[in-house]
Amino acid sequence: MSKQAKPPKPDELAKSIDYKPPKTNWMETPVEFKPGTYCYGARPKYLEAVEMPNPREWSPADEDWKLPENWKEIVLEGMQDRLGKYRSYKLFMDICVRCGACADKCHFFIGSGDPKNMPVLRAELMRSVYRKYFTTGGKFFGKAAGARELTEDVIKEWWYYYYQCTECRRCSVFCPYGIDTAEITIMGRELTNLLGLQTDWIGGPVANCYHKGNHLGLEPHTIQSNIEMMCDDIEEITGIRIEPTFNRKGAEILFVTPSGDLFGLPGVYTCMGYLMLFHELGLDYTWSTYASEGGNFGFFTSNEMAKKLHYKIYAEAKRLGVKWILGGECGHMWRLVHQYLNTWWGPPDFLEVPKSPITGTVFEHAKSTKMVHVAEFTADLIRHGKIKLDPSRNDHLKVTFHDSCNTSRGMGIFEEPRYVLKHVVNHFYEMPENTIREKTFCCGSGSGLNAGENMELRMRGGFPRANAVRYVNEKYGVNMLANICAIDRAALTTLMQYWVPEVDVCGLHELVGNALVMTGEKKRTMDLRLEPLPGVEEEEEEE
Amino acid sequence: MYDGGKIIAGIIIFLAFATFPFYSNIGKADIKPPKPSLDTPVIKELAVKKCVEPKEYMRANHMQLLIDWRDAALREGKRIYINSRGEEVFISLQNTCMKCHSNKKKFCDECHSYANVDPYCWDCHFAKAKQEEQR
Amino acid sequence: MGALFSFGAVVVLLLIPAIGAGALKMHSLFGVVIPYLAVVIFLGGLIYRVVGWGKVPVPFKIPTTCGQQKSLPWIKHSKLESPATSWEVAARMFLEVVLFRSLFRNLRTEKTPADRVVYASSKWLWLGGIAFHYSFLIVFIRHLRFFKHPTPKFVSIIESFDGFLQIGSPHLFVTGLVLFGAAFYLFLRRVFVPAVRYISLPADYFPLFLIMAIAGTGMLMRYFWKVDIIKVKELTLGLATFNPTVPDGIGVIFYIHLFLVSALFAYFPFSKLVHLGGVFLSPTRNLANNSRMVYHPNPWNYPVKVHTYEEYEEEFRDKMIAVGIPVEKEPPKEEEEKAETEETEGKE
Repeated sequence: MSKQAKPPKPDELAKSIDYKPPKTNWMETPVEFKPGTYCYGARPKYLEAVEMPNPREWSPADEDWKLPENWKEIVLEGMQDRLGKYRSYKLFMDICVRCGACADKCHFFIGSGDPKNMPVLRAELMRSVYRKYFTTGGKFFGKAAGARELTEDVIKEWWYYYYQCTECRRCSVFCPYGIDTAEITIMGRELTNLLGLQTDWIGGPVANCYHKGNHLGLEPHTIQSNIEMMCDDIEEITGIRIEPTFNRKGAEILFVTPSGDLFGLPGVYTCMGYLMLFHELGLDYTWSTYASEGGNFGFFTSNEMAKKLHYKIYAEAKRLGVKWILGGECGHMWRLVHQYLNTWWGPPDFLEVPKSPITGTVFEHAKSTKMVHVAEFTADLIRHGKIKLDPSRNDHLKVTFHDSCNTSRGMGIFEEPRYVLKHVVNHFYEMPENTIREKTFCCGSGSGLNAGENMELRMRGGFPRANAVRYVNEKYGVNMLANICAIDRAALTTLMQYWVPEVDVCGLHELVGNALVMTGEKKRTMDLRLEPLPGVEEEEEEE
Repeated sequence: MYDGGKIIAGIIIFLAFATFPFYSNIGKADIKPPKPSLDTPVIKELAVKKCVEPKEYMRANHMQLLIDWRDAALREGKRIYINSRGEEVFISLQNTCMKCHSNKKKFCDECHSYANVDPYCWDCHFAKAKQEEQR
Repeated sequence: MGALFSFGAVVVLLLIPAIGAGALKMHSLFGVVIPYLAVVIFLGGLIYRVVGWGKVPVPFKIPTTCGQQKSLPWIKHSKLESPATSWEVAARMFLEVVLFRSLFRNLRTEKTPADRVVYASSKWLWLGGIAFHYSFLIVFIRHLRFFKHPTPKFVSIIESFDGFLQIGSPHLFVTGLVLFGAAFYLFLRRVFVPAVRYISLPADYFPLFLIMAIAGTGMLMRYFWKVDIIKVKELTLGLATFNPTVPDGIGVIFYIHLFLVSALFAYFPFSKLVHLGGVFLSPTRNLANNSRMVYHPNPWNYPVKVHTYEEYEEEFRDKMIAVGIPVEKEPPKEEEEKAETEETEGKE
């Protein structure tokens, strides 16, 4: 594979953003595959591993994409099929009035100025083809009706722009008809996948997850040893040895989290937070090495693949005989757990309505899916005063909270993490109102875009988020960006290094772990990153 | 999930609104447009039955003529109107128009109510008209 | 370009009745046949479209949640932005349809000279949209006086409010002007806002020109080239009572106005204007955010091939046993079937 293109310097990149559309009409403006703005094509082995169609060596930069001979037929039949399956797809093809309210709401448009990143145009890329082949007006009036032929160039354009949308749904908040570009991007990805046009960065995790249980391809013994290493660190920090269990039958709760929490920084710190909390509570829970992935890159491929990958959660809960499932901090995982999992594989009647064994709270809002978000669980604990917290241990941090797109606009979990945050830190500052909660900005790397080769694209897509972080950094001295998403933890770290290097990134439960006063622990002198706690050092010197 | 019931209910509500003019008029096919009556003593005695302006013009534009007359009389003090035939006409609703068309109810109101217009002529000219009516 | 094309199309639509009803006196065609046809296409077309959408299932419950979910009882639930019951959904939809609530959220993104981005409130599109739709609605209702005798009371009340300025004779209706003005604003927006111009298709300009032409001919007919309103009502009431009559001597401006309205009716179901029906069906707005509470079935939820735990354990049994992770099946005597399993590099 070719050398990865380095993104331009931040100030150059910011300067280059221009919202003025080009002179040529968008239909006559061919897509340009600029290095740094797209992902590599998936290697055939990844597609073969999960029996996806048309695996082959290919590169988006190639002139010839080696499409199967009957590619046009495949795509049109694929559209026809999906127009009959998804009301959202059909409706959103029909009712857009192109009012333009969505135009400047997309982080990729704000960061690139490319008009095809305006949600309305991203959708028009497909609507134009829909009109040509599925509406009478488009058939007869062609271009005058906004219709165009499906050509290989159109496929390339689709591929480029549907893998340049993070399905964050921000446009959908502002659309007077709720048109959700994510629904169209999802279709765009389904259709391109019929032609074997997957990205390598999505294909790999999908293949891994299918066979090994998680995106990172961590095998059972590795999962165990990774977690044990975290327990070593926890012991060093607190003096307490934690002995988590794996694949244990008869546990009350199955804990499922994205594998990003099991490997790599700063994800593992969040995982340490969970481990400490559950230990302190004496929670009867187990990890699973089989259902070792809450996230689901299949969702960035096709509905069918997403369904396949999310099979493991309920299946494992049933095999282990647990009562309910607790889910870790993850963005798209929770979009799927909240809005898809039950429909795919539920209702899981072999489980019980989740009930916190500590507070007795019955999580009625999860009575059908039987899965509770760890932020909901922890907020309930704090509300009932069941854990002792010392927020001053986070006093060296000035924290702001990034609402992840999926949990914000596909679930609506806003207050729980904030409630927890306000109890574990003393310095919490919100970013500007138009950049948080339902109007939050994407990290720029969601939905399978957090590769290395598309770094310029990611930095552009994350520009609005970084811009807001920089604002609170300058105004309040914020130095920590908390969130409840594994992809955020990975992607925002890179983003901050690029745009606002003064700011670090952490998961919510890392901060919980820092603040948690554990029974029998030794005096804390380090935070979960094994860095000395500033206040404590001084004290010791004074003594 | 289809929500077919809700969609059908929605269509029925829509149709109920959209076709209101049709179904609410069932059995009313015999509504005849009003025929302004010229049956007044003064008109009967006229040798040549003609209005200030031609009949067709008056049917569509009398409101314009009347408002112009009002402005001429009240704001400019002009009392003479020269019509398209070159004749001089005294500007007055009650003394010119209503002299012939003394049957306000049959001549004015029927059409106005048919077209659902509520001119404010009679806000000022009420008393006189009332007297005429009572005759 | 799109604008010119659409302007030309509307001019053609103006000329058709001007010639057909004006020069060729085809009054029955333009006064009866075409309007009936247009209404049939409008009603039939709209139902066809809505039923067409309705036949497609909503496989997943995908509301766009714009507020706090209903979760723990002590956390304030945002009933309108994240509705959990049908009534709350109804309230959200009502505000969406009646007040264009989502559009009201609109922001303007701007880049500062220091290469930062800022967001400012931007309500003009919302205001233009509200002015346009409500004036159109009132104009539409006002026209009931041509289709009912006696005219319903509520129409008279609306008319008296609409004509409150008491300018001219007949009185000026404010909504006619607002309708024209709002449509003109929406047109200007398409021409002068670069991003909006870039996304605009002929299908965006055409309805605006058509509606401006309808409002224009309507006002022209009411205030300048007056027609015999009694004869007009005789014709329109005839249509409504299925007793069509075509009185002589109605000015051609009436037939032009009627033809343009007919064109709009016929065009409506097959254009973007179907958003009138579509907005009610939008799955991101009309579904409750209660997907963890209430199971949402998918009618085409076909079975898929999965990687079962048994297959997984088969592959990793030795490794699991080696580190003491419990397994379902004890290993067969011969060990080390697969000495090495390829470690795939980590992602993320």
